[in-house]
Amino acid sequence: MTDTPTRATSLPSPAPEVQPETAAFWAATLEGKLLLQCCAACGAVVYYPRFVCSSCHSTKLAHFEASGLGTIYSYTVTAKGILEYQDAGSYVLAMVELAEGPKMITNIVDCEPGDLAIGQEVEVVFHETGGAGALPRFRPRVD
Amino acid sequence: MSIKGKAYIAGAYEHPGRELPDTSIPQIHAEVALGALADAGLGLGDVDGYFCAADAPGLGGLAMADYLGLNLRYMDSSDMGGSVYLSHVGHAAAAIAAGKCRVALITLGGRPRTTKLRAPGQLMGEPPEKAFEPIFGSNVSALYALAARRHMYQYGTTSEQLAEIKVAASTHAQHNENALLRKVVSVEQVVASPMVSSPLHRLDCCVVTDGGGALVLVGEEDAKRLDRQCVKILGHGEAVEHTSGGHQDITMTGGVKSGRDAFAEAGVKPADIDYVGLYDSFTITVLLALEDLGFCEKGAGGKFVLDGALQAPHGKLPFNTDGGSLCNNHPANRGGMTKMIEAVRQLRGEAHPEVQVPDCELAVAHGTGGWLATRMGNATVVLGREDT
Repeated sequence: MTDTPTRATSLPSPAPEVQPETAAFWAATLEGKLLLQCCAACGAVVYYPRFVCSSCHSTKLAHFEASGLGTIYSYTVTAKGILEYQDAGSYVLAMVELAEGPKMITNIVDCEPGDLAIGQEVEVVFHETGGAGALPRFRPRVD
Repeated sequence: MSIKGKAYIAGAYEHPGRELPDTSIPQIHAEVALGALADAGLGLGDVDGYFCAADAPGLGGLAMADYLGLNLRYMDSSDMGGSVYLSHVGHAAAAIAAGKCRVALITLGGRPRTTKLRAPGQLMGEPPEKAFEPIFGSNVSALYALAARRHMYQYGTTSEQLAEIKVAASTHAQHNENALLRKVVSVEQVVASPMVSSPLHRLDCCVVTDGGGALVLVGEEDAKRLDRQCVKILGHGEAVEHTSGGHQDITMTGGVKSGRDAFAEAGVKPADIDYVGLYDSFTITVLLALEDLGFCEKGAGGKFVLDGALQAPHGKLPFNTDGGSLCNNHPANRGGMTKMIEAVRQLRGEAHPEVQVPDCELAVAHGTGGWLATRMGNATVVLGREDT
């Protein structure tokens, strides 16, 4: 997936706070790439980016580009958010199981919330934040 | 070393207030401390061990120790969300068993209803998940809803089954004059209430209240000496579950491990338990706890709660007879403390007569703090009567 980030039509897109260990992840999002980490010691694929492998505790984590594909593992339509989402109206928060294994918290966009289902195939889209990263959100996959 | 039989709850006190606009948070801690100590026949001058969490203002317990004038040999201000007061019971029992302190005080207090202080802040910087979860609008109800939706998908659990948990809590709350919500509700009313985060309705969620609570623990000698019926600590377990780098099963909680350890230490099994206090931040939290503690098979929680199973006094497993956090209170947005307090009332035979479990000899108090779906701290305590 190499789609360049676009502006979200309905959701707030707060800018991420970038840390040294997450800088590569966020820089890639600006180019429409979703990075994951793979552990050279045990092969575990890890999300979110960090310094130590949460499986074998080695520090040999290396980034690679994910396919940007996954399925909905769970989702909820939240009536009213907090913080930056306080005035966003209702929106879909989801946990997407990426094709590479890890699950991530994200939003499902460009969808009819009532038509969503666990197991549904989704693909990543990136939304501009005006900051040093774009937000990886997902939309139902259309072939 | 086991803590079994080494420590006792000598005092317990629940703040009667649910809206406390004119009481400072330190004063709430002081009021519940004095209440629990008076219940035990002790005073602040007897306390040499103090336990609190992030709802207590200031650095660790320092501000509260200062405010209360405590003379301490031992202090523990660990935190893992609203279940932590159950961990504190285990930590305090271990400290007493090791001779590190003699009279342990645990306090909780907060005012989320009459202030904008929703949850304790992040004193030491932003957590690493901040840019990967809240940035998408994740919040407490939404994360619990993700677990509920997945449980429904995997096991066929229904909103009506979750509603039975709220119905049981409301049936109990009608007898508690301090409860915020005293009206008995039906399954139909729960599922017709507005959706907060699908599939969780407003009445699947706990209340927001001010208030607090405190516990006093002592060793065996003091328990015998004090002119008060004490409650024996039989076992404790705690566990932390997290995303494991994105590989978690969000239908499971740390209750599997904390419950296993607590039951093993106590030498009892779920079928032996007469009363259970389960931190009920949401109805789904109770359902997962019932399964993970072993009161029913994994996935069978929805069927387990039917037919008034959780309703006192005659259901097969009476729970949260004060109305729990679903109806009674949720001080500082943390529900572990009050689950302990009502379990103590049950074992002393001092619950409301309408909900007192006959011959209540063994109880469990259990909590899930933090967030389902991402990271949580679970703690389980097994309790018995003083003569157990």
